[in-house]
Amino acid sequence: MNPDLISREFEKTSPYVVGREKVREFSRAVFSSSLVNFSVEAAREAGFADVVAPPTFPIVVQELTFAQLLAEEDAGIELTHVVHGEQRFDYTRPIVAGDELTAQLTIASVKTLGGNAMVVAESVIEDAAGEHVVTAVSTLVVRGDA
Amino acid sequence: MSEVIVHEYGVGDVVAQAEYTLTRDSLVRYAGASGDFNAIHYRDDIAAEVGLPGVLAHGMLTMGLSIQPVVDWLGDPTLVGAYQVRFTRPVVVDPVDGVHLTVVAKIGQLDDEAGTARIDLTTTVDGETVLGKAQVRVTLP
Repeated sequence: MNPDLISREFEKTSPYVVGREKVREFSRAVFSSSLVNFSVEAAREAGFADVVAPPTFPIVVQELTFAQLLAEEDAGIELTHVVHGEQRFDYTRPIVAGDELTAQLTIASVKTLGGNAMVVAESVIEDAAGEHVVTAVSTLVVRGDA
Repeated sequence: MSEVIVHEYGVGDVVAQAEYTLTRDSLVRYAGASGDFNAIHYRDDIAAEVGLPGVLAHGMLTMGLSIQPVVDWLGDPTLVGAYQVRFTRPVVVDPVDGVHLTVVAKIGQLDDEAGTARIDLTTTVDGETVLGKAQVRVTLP
């Protein structure tokens, strides 16, 4: 596990366009029964431009930043050794279909505990206007055993 | 003098609860929807190879469904300010019977002046909690 990751600057991910059917598919997968997740009409009546994504949908965009992290050859992180320890989302607003989202990754901390490392990866997700939508923070435990 | 919002809630009140059954089909559906195709979520042989007790539900699936009763109770997705969990116990999904999860959402803390609350989620399988420190920050409806 490479402690230099903390000072590394990652590029913003290319825009992820949130599709209406993707929102519906994800909503079904997390057992949502909220109408605004499925019905454009219900979402518009509630004041949204289109269907609203469930609270954990930002993980789909954050996933793009995990790919950046795993692609760093000197990071010392292999997917098969990674366990998801904690997850947090801080919302400014819900994601809606039609959003074009980018994510900016920073590594907030790297701690070594025994043979394992704990990495806190923070992804700030913004819309096309550069306005904050949500910040997703993951604690990843990288096992040093196998 | 600041106005104090009067509402019907008290610390410890159960505001929502729900039960879910996850099957292997649910995991395949979540894998496709989320793009998380880690094989420990659908292949018994690979789960066994890496020393797991069986095929596991995606932690993010457990996190995703655990907040649904709260979202339904709030009735407005903009009222969710933050959501966090710790993944403390793996959720093993039997190929035939699946797994049964119970979610109970209680008021953990109230801020009457701000009109906000911390909702504590307890998600259990066979009476044992699978998420730790599962908390939702909300604006009260």
